Amino acid sequence: MITLAHMYVVGGLFFSAASLFSVFDTSNPRRLLNFLFWGLLAASFLAGSFLGDLGNGGLALSLAVVGAIGLGQGKPKTTSPEERRESAVRRGNLLFLPALIIPAVALAGTLIAKQTEWGAHFIDPAQATLISLVLGTLIAIAVAMIWLRPPVLAPLQEGRRLLDAVGWAAILPQMLASLGAVFLAAGVGTQVGHVFTQYIPLDTRTFAVIAYCTGMALFTLIMGNAFAAFPVMTAAVGLPIVVHQFGGDPAPVCAIGMLAGFCGTLMTPMAANFNVVPANLLELPDRKAALNGVIRAQIPTALPLLVANIVLMRLLAFPS
Amino acid sequence: MLVLLGIAVVVFGFIVRANPLLVVMAAALVTGLAAAWTPGATPELMWSALLATVASFGKAFNDNRYVSIVWVVLAAIGLLERAGLQERARIVIANVKAATVGRLLFIYFIVRQITAALGLTSLGGQAQMVRPLVAPMAEGAAEAKFGTVPDRERFLIRSNAAAADNIALFFGEDIFIAIASILLIKGFLEQNGITVEPLHLSVWAIPTAICALLIHSLRLWLLDRRLKRALGAGSAP
Repeated sequence: MITLAHMYVVGGLFFSAASLFSVFDTSNPRRLLNFLFWGLLAASFLAGSFLGDLGNGGLALSLAVVGAIGLGQGKPKTTSPEERRESAVRRGNLLFLPALIIPAVALAGTLIAKQTEWGAHFIDPAQATLISLVLGTLIAIAVAMIWLRPPVLAPLQEGRRLLDAVGWAAILPQMLASLGAVFLAAGVGTQVGHVFTQYIPLDTRTFAVIAYCTGMALFTLIMGNAFAAFPVMTAAVGLPIVVHQFGGDPAPVCAIGMLAGFCGTLMTPMAANFNVVPANLLELPDRKAALNGVIRAQIPTALPLLVANIVLMRLLAFPS
Repeated sequence: MLVLLGIAVVVFGFIVRANPLLVVMAAALVTGLAAAWTPGATPELMWSALLATVASFGKAFNDNRYVSIVWVVLAAIGLLERAGLQERARIVIANVKAATVGRLLFIYFIVRQITAALGLTSLGGQAQMVRPLVAPMAEGAAEAKFGTVPDRERFLIRSNAAAADNIALFFGEDIFIAIASILLIKGFLEQNGITVEPLHLSVWAIPTAICALLIHSLRLWLLDRRLKRALGAGSAP
């Protein structure tokens, strides 16, 4: 059966290649930092299970230090804009096919692993989507290699080009998830709850709903992830005040509360995979700013939507 | 109360624009130390608390590697870009006379929201769809209409392509019953002695999904107006 462990080997080999090719890329003045960063990540993927907790902690710490010093952008040899236009005209819409193989395999693999008995023997159903996504990528690469006949190392070199464009933001989501674990162990959530109930007036339904929704959005802004904010804010305000004290229906309160948190996700650079990675990938000039172009494009939707969530929760969660 | 110092570190790091990776690391260490601190704590005790925090961070980091596995997809996308995938996306859209940036992103928004609501969240994404296809198509639509697009508007269009993907995903996926956030809510309520069916949670995501569609459609219409004002109504050279 294919499990996530196999995919970690694939990822580890990809990051190793990015690391090694970086060393020889003399166009990048910071190539040693890129070598270290992708090399450490490769070590985590290939050997993380053998490093021990303290070893992995040291590895994460080193990644943070190298990432903060700053990576450079590698410039592997690639095709020129003219060659690309020529290839686009010559090959036509068939070019979309390999790109669509990835989501198609991700989808089919997930369905097969979850819905069929033989599929569950083939792909670990618990992680079916991620495994299928990697499989889809490998199939797409194979199809493109056979059809387009690029140099053998092209997928690794082109992948490194884009990986360098993403940069240190590539591991921020993983780091934030780890911070969430430390916060949980230290009981940060319960403390936030105490602060909220002590200092904020929650004496009407409307105020309680506003406090819960705004709290979800604000805490998500800080943590970069509504999943981290949800247990904290719901245990602090959502359940004890909105549901138990004022008689709100838990299903709409929690469902809309989570969506209020998503409004926060749209407005924070801490949500790196949604807001910083695309800015890097699309080469926006303000990608290093706190409020880059992507976030500025999202705020005018996020704020009215937060208000809409407050109104909806107030209207829908309290059966009259 | 002391453990809240970790949140203060995140906020402070945010304000001084420190690298988020360092901020996260610092917040974790401060939180671990603050949780262990008592007025009588010896340096040895604090040192072992520091090591324990690094270890628990390391364990979580290792357990969460699956979050970063998605980058493998860049190898396939880069390979296709080299063969002119982005250029092809531009050519296709330039041939559709009725295409504008706003209309194109509106159609992508609806498709993305509906497919996410059906649980097909992996059909889109910033690395798989926006960079290679949606952003070049949106730029192509603007170029077909206005000729050369100056950098300012070009980056505005790209930002809006990324935004459309995020917003449609966030406010579509919760309608699907087996998505992570719905399962998180169900698990949380169960721990607190309240049993709800995933379906009862996901129907409450529909009103917000409709609001998101309405608000964002209005914004995409305004985007078209803004581009028209800035770039003029002239046709392609």
